[in-house]
Amino acid sequence: MLCQQVRIAESAIGTLSRGTAVERIALVKLRYFAWVRERIGKPEEEIDPPAGVATIGELMTWLSQRGEEYAHAFDNPKVIRAAVDHTHVKPDAAIKGAREIAFFPPMTGG
Amino acid sequence: MASTVRLQREPFEADAEAAKLTRGRTDIGAVVTFTGICRGEDSGKPVVAMTLEHYPGMAEAEIARHVEAAERRWPLLGVTIIHRVGRLIPAEPIVLVVTAAAHRQDAFAAAEFLMDYLKTRAPFWKRVESADRSAWIDAKSSDDDLAARWAAPGRREAAE
Repeated sequence: MLCQQVRIAESAIGTLSRGTAVERIALVKLRYFAWVRERIGKPEEEIDPPAGVATIGELMTWLSQRGEEYAHAFDNPKVIRAAVDHTHVKPDAAIKGAREIAFFPPMTGG
Repeated sequence: MASTVRLQREPFEADAEAAKLTRGRTDIGAVVTFTGICRGEDSGKPVVAMTLEHYPGMAEAEIARHVEAAERRWPLLGVTIIHRVGRLIPAEPIVLVVTAAAHRQDAFAAAEFLMDYLKTRAPFWKRVESADRSAWIDAKSSDDDLAARWAAPGRREAAE
């Protein structure tokens, strides 16, 4: 009887964690370029931002709290440009549904 | 309209690209060819080399969006844009813009529009090496001003 209860409890937890996984924002790929990439120390990574992070600006704030290298990269968020799925966006843009988000300095091509 | 957008490590031949765009065409009356070249001096210091980093995928997409915007704005008959990536030495070509139209005003204006947007919106970053250091080039506000002049009322789509 006790064993059975334990099994039920386990299966309930399994369902709960699957349900939670579905509700969470899917992993998003972040890409960094030029001195943003150098300061963070990697060209890309996959992250799972917490539920309260809804915009590009909030994502920059959240990232800057992840460590010294991120704080350094985002110490002046006004100069950082962002793109969602290869399109330029403003800091108030929503990140929901984004597959790839990039952060980089103002562009100097041409 | 025939349009070509290419990113490449190798140098390009501006004359050959312009000739390719106009070969056999009798409707084209004007071709403007702009070539950006790596200067041997930056802020008074000799340049050893320049490295262009880019965002693969977005760079091509962003340039294509600006070619489409130019096409909506001027009656163009052909556009070719080539942007180099990787390490370049002074005197090497960096970027090519070729525009073809029936009349010169359209070809000149479209070439300038495309260059102004390439400078400020296409995801490329230049790093300059001098004898003792290497540093990212800062964006110039004068380039932003040049790009902004194309964003007349009702023409915002190209600037956004």
